[in-house]
Amino acid sequence: MTGDVLLDVQDLETEYRAFGGSRVIKAVDGVSFTLEAGQTIGLVGESGCGKTTTCLSIMRLLPAGARVTGGRVLLEGRDLAQLSDREMQHVRGNEIGMILQDPMASLNPLFTLYDQVREPAYHHRGLRGGALRERVLSLLGSVRIPSPEVRMREYPHQMSGGMRQRIAGAIALSAAPKVIIADEPTTSLDVTIQAQYLDLLKSLQRDTGVGLIFVTHDLGIVAKMCDDVMVMYAGRTVEHGPVRQVFGQARHPYADALLRSVPKMGSKEPLFRIDGQPPNLADLPPGCAFEPRCPHAITECAQAVPPLLEVGPGHTSACIRSVELAAAGAAAPGADGGEA
Amino acid sequence: MTAEPLLEVTDLVRHYPAGKGLLGMGSSKGVVKAVDGVTFAIGPGETFGLVGESGCGKTTIAKLILRIEPPTSGRIMFDGRDVARLTGKELLAYRRSVQAVFQDPFGSLSPRMRVADIVGEILEIHTSMTPAAIATRVGEVLDLVGLRPDQARLFPHEFSGGQRQRIAIARALAADARMLVLDEAVSALDVSIRAQVITLLEQLQADLGVSYLYIGHDLATVSHLADRVGVMYLGRLCEVGDSVTVSTDPRHPYTQALFASALPHLPDDADAAREVAVPVTGEVPSALNPPSGCRFHPRCPLAEARCSAEEPVLVQVDEAHHAACHLLPLTVGRR
Repeated sequence: MTGDVLLDVQDLETEYRAFGGSRVIKAVDGVSFTLEAGQTIGLVGESGCGKTTTCLSIMRLLPAGARVTGGRVLLEGRDLAQLSDREMQHVRGNEIGMILQDPMASLNPLFTLYDQVREPAYHHRGLRGGALRERVLSLLGSVRIPSPEVRMREYPHQMSGGMRQRIAGAIALSAAPKVIIADEPTTSLDVTIQAQYLDLLKSLQRDTGVGLIFVTHDLGIVAKMCDDVMVMYAGRTVEHGPVRQVFGQARHPYADALLRSVPKMGSKEPLFRIDGQPPNLADLPPGCAFEPRCPHAITECAQAVPPLLEVGPGHTSACIRSVELAAAGAAAPGADGGEA
Repeated sequence: MTAEPLLEVTDLVRHYPAGKGLLGMGSSKGVVKAVDGVTFAIGPGETFGLVGESGCGKTTIAKLILRIEPPTSGRIMFDGRDVARLTGKELLAYRRSVQAVFQDPFGSLSPRMRVADIVGEILEIHTSMTPAAIATRVGEVLDLVGLRPDQARLFPHEFSGGQRQRIAIARALAADARMLVLDEAVSALDVSIRAQVITLLEQLQADLGVSYLYIGHDLATVSHLADRVGVMYLGRLCEVGDSVTVSTDPRHPYTQALFASALPHLPDDADAAREVAVPVTGEVPSALNPPSGCRFHPRCPLAEARCSAEEPVLVQVDEAHHAACHLLPLTVGRR
């Protein structure tokens, strides 16, 4: 599993400016992680927690009005912020591939599959003629498109949803990138098709050693696919560590509550309920952003933003009570969540 | 099942004529068998869950029950009356009793109406309450779903997704509905908000005794909410039973594949699931000209000659557990 560090994100900060700059929204606030070859990291959290903005910041694809205001993104040691637009264009698709949620929106309805799948290989790898055709056929085969010679002359509307998403995967792999960012790639797929697709991504990863960043709100996907998980809340990392450790004993009250609020197959146990709403990013509390909803909050929680503390090997949690709560067993799975 | 079912669906069929091409020219391509012979019943205070993948006909069943569309054949009985025959006042009373909550709380609430009018409208239509009484009742149901009565003067855009879904539930319950059709009612919500709404639905059912037909594709949510669950494949029920039994001891190869495809709860479950996973390949065929015999046979790892020739019927495999498969004895413990 261990390989060279491909991507090193350090203290990334991204802001959105609204109303002519009179309102500043910090969508990403000090996010750090590394991704090694062959590794899969899951970015999880609810809507607006900054997981997609983190990815767009890495790809330098932020919309107008948003900009990276701090931190660095290193791809194999190169600072992506220092690259010219032209150089960055070479990184996108070639070194970092992307798979988006809605394959109907990410494929061009006017071009055949061949034209779309070949594009990265054509532009970034310089393949032409027979070699290019071979590459496209092998990619379509690797994502299990039946009879690729026939299918590659067809258009996206002739494909099912699962096939379209596999085509999007083939395009992401076309130029053999080192990293693939998959942003909710299976949200629009049916259960059996989703399982097939996730297994396919895993086997492609085994074959190519690509590093995967999985953006999702679905904890089941993280359990199935990821080595590491980073739980985000209101733009900040609240917990980060190996999936087994985080799922086995979440150390941040939000991560813990999130894990326990998911229905379990065949279980009638009442769900753990986090009351309240995620905070408004334009108006964050001065301390821990989860403090107003946290069952374990104490006065100190509201005073300063808690730092990420090491709670285990490669496992960090941004809760000042992590150690104390773990010792008391309060944040452990199965506990009733209440505290003395 | 309780003695008298509140809703009883018998041999329900809904076929759609397939598109005749642009502007109705060209020859007809046959019929889409969206729902093709479905039977189930829901008791008072009970939750029946319908699961299945896109195009299996679960939403069509909701439309038929809500009388948005007429069935091609089959019967829907509500409280002992044939729904198809209801007219006038009786139909109005039926519409009052059976209410719906849809998936997208952004599309199902009028952006130009205040919450008071959205929730109050149903009372204006179905009761002769005075405006003052309606306002009081609106306050009551908002309180019931965990909103503040003073929020009645706000517009939907002033609420979050979870709060809007609460408004939709308040609207459905305002005129004392006896059954709610919940079509993917929590699918669009974030994880922590979804848990809030699921808990709310459970609590409302305990307090009010209302029945739910819960339609969804998320197996864990359906098996959590429902007392009994029906698994649909291409317009037919392939397995029906107690939700815990069906999710822990599925008998139909499709149900087994479906539950094996479900995402794990913990990373260790992922490894366990991998070993026993029933290989299911390919995609759901079209409901236009569905496969002969058992509709699942082209994808079924166990299929034999009989499966493509003869259509299996639901047979009892256990107390209150039915499955429609020719090879039932072979399927025990495959998961």
